[in-house]
Amino acid sequence: MRYWYGFYGICQRELLRFLTQKARFASALVRPLLWLIVFAAGFRAALGIAIIEPYATYINYEEYILPGLCAMILLFNGMQSSLSMVYDREMGSMKILLTCPLPRWFLLLSKMIAVAFISLLQVSVFLLFAYFYGLELAPMGYFYGLLAMLLAAIMLNGLGMIIGAWVKQLENFAGVMNFVIFPMFFISSALYPLWKMQEASNWLYQLCRFNPFTSAVELIRFACYQHFNATAFYVVLGCGIIFMLLAIISFSTERFNQN
Amino acid sequence: MINKGCWLGFISLFPPYLLAADMAYVSNEKDDSLSVIDMNTMAVVNTIEVGERPRGILLSKDKQQLYICASESDTIQIFDLKTHQVIGELPSGEDPEQFSLHPNGKWLYAANEDDALLTVIDVPNRSVISQIDVGIEPEGVAVSPDGKTVIVTSETSNMVHWIDSKTNKVVHNTVIDARPRYAQFNRSGELLWVSSEIGGTVSILDTNTREIIHKISFAPQGIHQDKVQPVGVKLTDDGRYAFVALGPANHIAVVDQQTYQVINYLLVGRRVWQLALNPQQNKLLTTNGVSGDVSIIDIDAMKVIKSIRVGRYPWGAVITDEQ
Repeated sequence: MRYWYGFYGICQRELLRFLTQKARFASALVRPLLWLIVFAAGFRAALGIAIIEPYATYINYEEYILPGLCAMILLFNGMQSSLSMVYDREMGSMKILLTCPLPRWFLLLSKMIAVAFISLLQVSVFLLFAYFYGLELAPMGYFYGLLAMLLAAIMLNGLGMIIGAWVKQLENFAGVMNFVIFPMFFISSALYPLWKMQEASNWLYQLCRFNPFTSAVELIRFACYQHFNATAFYVVLGCGIIFMLLAIISFSTERFNQN
Repeated sequence: MINKGCWLGFISLFPPYLLAADMAYVSNEKDDSLSVIDMNTMAVVNTIEVGERPRGILLSKDKQQLYICASESDTIQIFDLKTHQVIGELPSGEDPEQFSLHPNGKWLYAANEDDALLTVIDVPNRSVISQIDVGIEPEGVAVSPDGKTVIVTSETSNMVHWIDSKTNKVVHNTVIDARPRYAQFNRSGELLWVSSEIGGTVSILDTNTREIIHKISFAPQGIHQDKVQPVGVKLTDDGRYAFVALGPANHIAVVDQQTYQVINYLLVGRRVWQLALNPQQNKLLTTNGVSGDVSIIDIDAMKVIKSIRVGRYPWGAVITDEQ
């Protein structure tokens, strides 16, 4: 019961934070919508030349980048949650949270899951906009897609926590965002398929292949079309566990006592 | 225990088309072969060698045979659907590409592009009845549902030639947009739809006045107008939709048969060429020449559901229900 209260409290706090930060919600929505409506429109016919898994037929570029944009929302949210941890630490509210008589790993895990659910909420709204824009998935595609996104969100939140633990001041955060979010997003299969990357440059292709964000995108892409990408699943699961462990280690008592 | 009679009674509850397996036959122009596709599993189940450069392909009236224009073999082959073997040939004249069957099932009209001729073939006797002089590079051929009129489009003359099927004489010519490629009558025979590849249009002609009454242009989003080159046309019998293959634009235009408005564009493979409807008219198959595949469209959902790799340069297609 104690655990449930702790989990519930953290979820409620994240939800309240999300609901009170309207600008954050709007930007989380506007960003992928701009990509979809403005950027992808220019490249609409760019991909109608080859069939790649999991698609059964030729697709427009908008359809291709939809899973990537969903993953982008998860990535930004994961990183933003780490920003909020830096803020919490500076404002002192983190200390209050850590005085809670629950193991630290449980508090971190709860926060990761809470942020993941907030991310899924945002993705759902984005998918609704995409639906009205003409990008429709099968009903089960939404279900499997959201399941895949939950796992991907937990992995990305774990990464965000690690960064949040190591960044001591808010001022440093912008740099970290630039060094983490943008390379992760651009050097992945979110915007271009891997075979396109390979055509351009082999080392870029290798970077893309080993970027865990690529696996997150592909897991979501396959799930949206009711396919299971086992490799991507194990990579996301493995990275998720590693990131989570590293985050727990990073938030060890010693480090916080030093702070 | 369920006896045989029960099973038969159970099966008889279903209409025949639910028990039939739709099979598509696709001619592969550069592989000299036919690809056989099971439309239920949407997979190629067989590839059969036929004559050289197979293009136009038609089902016989009794649905037991296929006629295949083997252009570089200068013949029309008769293909048996039960044995999957070529069982004979028809004298077609040189380089047959497109052809059409008279509703009586006996007369076949084949365009001979190089000779500016239309060859009329007697199918049961496997002989030529007549050869009719038409415009330069005849291509599309259609026979009206009442069988009285035969249409040939000539690519270079940019004309639709109207031929009386009784006299086998050209009775009228209608000038049309550049490079007319394909013609199809609507079900009642009152209208004729003709695609113009270079003109980028589909013209609708009144078969009484033999004049153009409407012209449809196409503008799929993000595609340069030069690439919009309409070729294959298929009309549904219920009078709702007309499908137009837009060639290198890689799209199928869905047109409302009543209002002539383009209501949708569907992305398919590269250089979409010809089209085939299944007998229930709820699936459309497109041959995508350059990408070497066919795309299947679910007409009720109005979505492309699958693209299937076939041979090199798929050209024509027929879908038949094999019981």
